[in-house]
Amino acid sequence: MALNTSTIISIVFLAAMPFLGGILMGVDRRLTARMQNRMGPPLIQPFYDVLKLWAKEPYIANNIQPLMAFMYLGFAMLAASFVAFQLDLLLMLFTTALADICLIVAAFSAKSPYSYIGGRREFLVMLSYEPVLLLVEIAISLVTGTFIIKGIRAYETPLLLLLPAAYVVMQVVLVVEMKKSPFDVSGSAHAHQELVRGVYTEFSGYTMALVEVGHWVKVVTMLAIVGLFWAPNPFIGTALALALFVGAILIDNVYPRLSWQRMLKTTWTIGFGLVIVNLLALSFGGVI
Amino acid sequence: MGLIQKSQLKSPWVLHFDCGSCNGCDIEILAALTPKFDLERFGIVNIGDPKQADVLLVTGPANKRNHRVLKNLYNQMPQPKLVIAVGTCACTGGVFHNCPNVLGGVDNVVPVDVYVPGCAVRPEQIIDAVVLALNKLAGLAQSEEEE
Repeated sequence: MALNTSTIISIVFLAAMPFLGGILMGVDRRLTARMQNRMGPPLIQPFYDVLKLWAKEPYIANNIQPLMAFMYLGFAMLAASFVAFQLDLLLMLFTTALADICLIVAAFSAKSPYSYIGGRREFLVMLSYEPVLLLVEIAISLVTGTFIIKGIRAYETPLLLLLPAAYVVMQVVLVVEMKKSPFDVSGSAHAHQELVRGVYTEFSGYTMALVEVGHWVKVVTMLAIVGLFWAPNPFIGTALALALFVGAILIDNVYPRLSWQRMLKTTWTIGFGLVIVNLLALSFGGVI
Repeated sequence: MGLIQKSQLKSPWVLHFDCGSCNGCDIEILAALTPKFDLERFGIVNIGDPKQADVLLVTGPANKRNHRVLKNLYNQMPQPKLVIAVGTCACTGGVFHNCPNVLGGVDNVVPVDVYVPGCAVRPEQIIDAVVLALNKLAGLAQSEEEE
């Protein structure tokens, strides 16, 4: 691969992704605090948290756990690289799934009922958003004729005009991906809950720091996918992605946590329903 | 001051354990997390997981039933860690000090860094205690560097 300008931009974007994610999480905590009429922590608070966790004495439950934490971050970065280098959307989705599986294996490996139940619920979280995301990607490929991000970006009409319902569905996917209410059954970021910290319970010290950074990267990857909805102008695409990010925080502050049954019902009805209606409309309109 | 040490001072995650208090101090701890006092300004998050917590806030006197739980929670917290006894009961046993089932203050079970007297304590005092505890942590790191 020749080292031309676009490759360099891709490498810089990939390297900046964890930092972007950290800043976004800081914005998230700040916005949440403002919505609750509080001041909120400084913007770089997530970096303080991760550095502190990194320096803390690790309590490792078994040998698999640190390996899985590294692999979680590794697969998250791999999925991010598929987006940064404008490769395959489907590969991105399946690599993200692998990262999730690493998290679940780490949760299952410890003999703790909390992390065990958290892991099982993480499976349900995957079940709730991944088929929906897959359908959105299939819709994108039906319109543009390709799964390769480079090809999607070369498509002239902005996707938002053709697939507005899929954009709304991405809001649901993003809320699930960010582990926000009402879909934070497997382990939420900042609230007390019945599972202690769910799937994160048994992580401590540097393993928790790795998982945290992996989560940031996954969120930024998902936002980059949302940005594809207005690919001709990257600034409008970024604005669209940030709109969904703020929307996710708003939804988090408005809705209480759902049970997993209702989470599945909600994501599947909204997700499949809207995308299929959108595709039917396009097909009757003669676009696809 | 190094970056890591600064992070440690900027992000104390709190674990709250009720040793059988009357809930007065617990309510004040929760009050400190509400919008009026907003502990999250200092990066303080109430985390349920001892494996990720930095500061243990204990309310109520240690008694013969729960001192094992308290000890267990303390042992599950990784270093560096701090313990704050919140309220008169947690400091000395308070009005329960001579009950047959009460061991006295929580310092009979785990080493305490900061004592916060009061029945019930005020949220401002809890914030002050956490800041004091962090100063102690900074001092510990400083003396280690000097050695």
